[in-house]
Amino acid sequence: MIRDITIGQYYPVDSPIHRLDPRVKLAGTMLFLVSLFAFSGYLGYVIAAVFVGIVIKISKVPFRYIVRGLKPVLILLLFTLLFNVFLTREGKELFSWGIIHIYDQGLIIAGLMAVRLILLVIGTSLMTFTTTPNQLTDGLEKGLRGLKKIKVPVHEIAMMMSIALRFIPILIEETDKIMKAQQARGADFESGKLLQRAKALVPLLVPLVVSAFRRANDLALAMEARCYHGGDGRTKMKPLKYKKRDAVAYLILFGYVGLVIGSGFLF
Amino acid sequence: MKKSMLRTKNLVFEYIRRDEEGNVEDILRALDDVSLEVQKGEFVAILGHNGSGKSTVAKHINALLSPTEGAVFVNDMDTQDEEHLWDIRKSAGMVFQNPDNQIIATVVEEDVAFGPENVGVPTEEIWRRVEESLTAVGMTAYRTHSPNKLSGGQKQRVAIAGIMAMRPDCIILDEPTAMLDPVGRKEVMKTVHELNKIEGVTILLITHYMDEVIDADRVIVMDEGKIVMQGTPRQIFSQVDKLKGYRLDVPQVTELAYELKKQGVPMPDGILTVEEFTAAYTAVKAKYGQGSV
Amino acid sequence: METTRDLQECMVLDHVNYVYGEGTAYEKHALRDINLVIGKGEFIGLIGHTGSGKSTLVQHLNGLIAPTSGHIYYRGNDICAAGFNKKELRSKVGLVFQYPEHQLFETTVVKDVAFGPKNMGLPQLEIDMGTFAALKEAGVSEELYDASPFELSGGQKRRVAIAGVLAMQPDILILDEPTAGLDPRGRDEILDRIAQIHAEGNRTIILVSHSMEDVAKYASRLIVMKEGSVFCDGTPKEVFEAYKDLEKIGLAAPQVTYLSEALRQAGVALPHNATTLEEAKELLLADWKGGIR
Repeated sequence: MIRDITIGQYYPVDSPIHRLDPRVKLAGTMLFLVSLFAFSGYLGYVIAAVFVGIVIKISKVPFRYIVRGLKPVLILLLFTLLFNVFLTREGKELFSWGIIHIYDQGLIIAGLMAVRLILLVIGTSLMTFTTTPNQLTDGLEKGLRGLKKIKVPVHEIAMMMSIALRFIPILIEETDKIMKAQQARGADFESGKLLQRAKALVPLLVPLVVSAFRRANDLALAMEARCYHGGDGRTKMKPLKYKKRDAVAYLILFGYVGLVIGSGFLF
Repeated sequence: MKKSMLRTKNLVFEYIRRDEEGNVEDILRALDDVSLEVQKGEFVAILGHNGSGKSTVAKHINALLSPTEGAVFVNDMDTQDEEHLWDIRKSAGMVFQNPDNQIIATVVEEDVAFGPENVGVPTEEIWRRVEESLTAVGMTAYRTHSPNKLSGGQKQRVAIAGIMAMRPDCIILDEPTAMLDPVGRKEVMKTVHELNKIEGVTILLITHYMDEVIDADRVIVMDEGKIVMQGTPRQIFSQVDKLKGYRLDVPQVTELAYELKKQGVPMPDGILTVEEFTAAYTAVKAKYGQGSV
Repeated sequence: METTRDLQECMVLDHVNYVYGEGTAYEKHALRDINLVIGKGEFIGLIGHTGSGKSTLVQHLNGLIAPTSGHIYYRGNDICAAGFNKKELRSKVGLVFQYPEHQLFETTVVKDVAFGPKNMGLPQLEIDMGTFAALKEAGVSEELYDASPFELSGGQKRRVAIAGVLAMQPDILILDEPTAGLDPRGRDEILDRIAQIHAEGNRTIILVSHSMEDVAKYASRLIVMKEGSVFCDGTPKEVFEAYKDLEKIGLAAPQVTYLSEALRQAGVALPHNATTLEEAKELLLADWKGGIR
């Protein structure tokens, strides 16, 4: 069901990862993503996987919960997998039928690609699971504040992101409700050809957009009524301050990156 | 000594509808010569059907709308005076109808902090205020929860806490219970009354639920952008037919007493509760009848 | 109108259970062992707290949710059996969701109402006839037929949305809190309209409501839900007679029921408790006339 999507949601427990400064987690995620494409050789995969495994363990987010978040990217995953399997023409041919040729290298590359993608999704979702959207946007706002000098509206972007994250679950629930209401009027979202299916989305999208605008309007009023006037002169309930543990985390991160990149040269 | 908290003076507000070329198509008078005053510490309710203009009044007090004619004063500050904009919004906080559409943050305590953050309250002071406001609405146990997992009544209490954290003199509630179930409605009304009695916050409650205004100090009835009735709840509910004419309702006991009176039972006007009805009925029966009493 | 409990004409729920998120931390038993016969032509009030399972139950009746165990029979056929035509069921069991006006999407009222019958694959003539009959039945005035649904007032939009379900010619019409957010007059207008649809349209009505006053006035049978089970099931008189049980689960009887009770305690000899205003008026007038000198 549509409500099962967990990606991008905060998982409220207390763990050392949750307590880290969001800037560490943002930088960590970036570094991790880069590292995934920086190594060559199997050992890199092992190190990256072990690293993610340890972080998951420390974060106290249940593994099953994380796996559920993978569901939406399954199609993408499958697509890349097939793409690699069918289009790679290297190594020994294992199977051939008509225009379809499958080589052993294709299978290996596809498998490795899948692992990379899964690690990538888990890595990014770990950040959102352990960081509230507010912390995340605070982290972005402060981490990128240098860009303000070249007139990038860092605060506004951060605020927009945090509001988007707050309203995603509400809009998902609303989509579910409208879908059911239209189904009760005989609408069919599940069968039919592509064009028919696309047409069937109109009764869903129009009310959804109308509702999103109504909410946006309400929210703007509510924010104004609470004296919101942009980032100038704003204070913070939870200002960001690096602590000792953040320094330790940075050290571990750099250690990991060094290890991953180094692993390519070692073997 | 009584001191004026809110005041509107001959307030007129017009919506102007324009066609695609920008020519005026239609002028809609949403508020027509509205003059009202709320004293510090009072609990005032504005009653009116949907579209009677009651929410438009509320938006003026918070300076979300600007009068077409007339003026609005909060703590003697003119809402059209840009200089006082933030002071006005700080002293007259506003709670809206849809609990989902006024919560900004994804954690309860961070949402309560939103207002104080906007006006530049120092960090330690924010923490103190968040603590106090959550205690005042009885939501401390939920401070680290996600608002999405709360019931409607709880969300609305969080929204009220968010206003309380700005230390307002007055809270305007624009149909705060319209989207709630009976349990949520009771929760919110109890909270609002406590804030009025314990914290001394002036309340302006906008609603169309009759049972919510019975305990108000004063009731203002609006229809077609005008104030049409004003008085204590008892004075207002004595006029059952007039209220019905304004698409409003009265509590069942009030209507029953009124109906009996029409049939010749000499019941007094403006009965508001079961206890009052019982006392009044047994009294008139003892006076005029020989029945069981 | 006539009611029948002939099982071939009814909706029957046989040991229906619904559990979601089975085996996860979010597991919830939303419905527990529901056994009900919904007779043709009945007017049922379905009451209970938010989260008591009312909405889940009504979504089972038109096949939007399938039970995890148990059976639901519509006119003798198991609606979960393979090959059962769900689309036809959804036209026969019409479900009007809460705030139904939020799902309007077409450019004109007529087109929006025709959406359902069109999905049924009916010939154009029948679509048109069904649409106009439904608009009339729901009380939408003719000059609005070609208007955009987004330009209408709240009450009008809701009627259009109800017409959209009526256009499929349902035998059973389920309305989930059709009066939410309406002002008192708007509420009475919609409820009177539903009563008319029941009386003239030969349809079974299931009204999900939080208002005891409303269900007491309109329904002939009440089903009270608590934590996914049927807590009690009977005429309004029977259900409200046991108002102390209702209070235990946080619900209450109409105000006139409490009034009758208070009057009896004060020595007024009423033959039984009233559940509606009309009834209370009759009882008290009889008492008054019987006791007068």
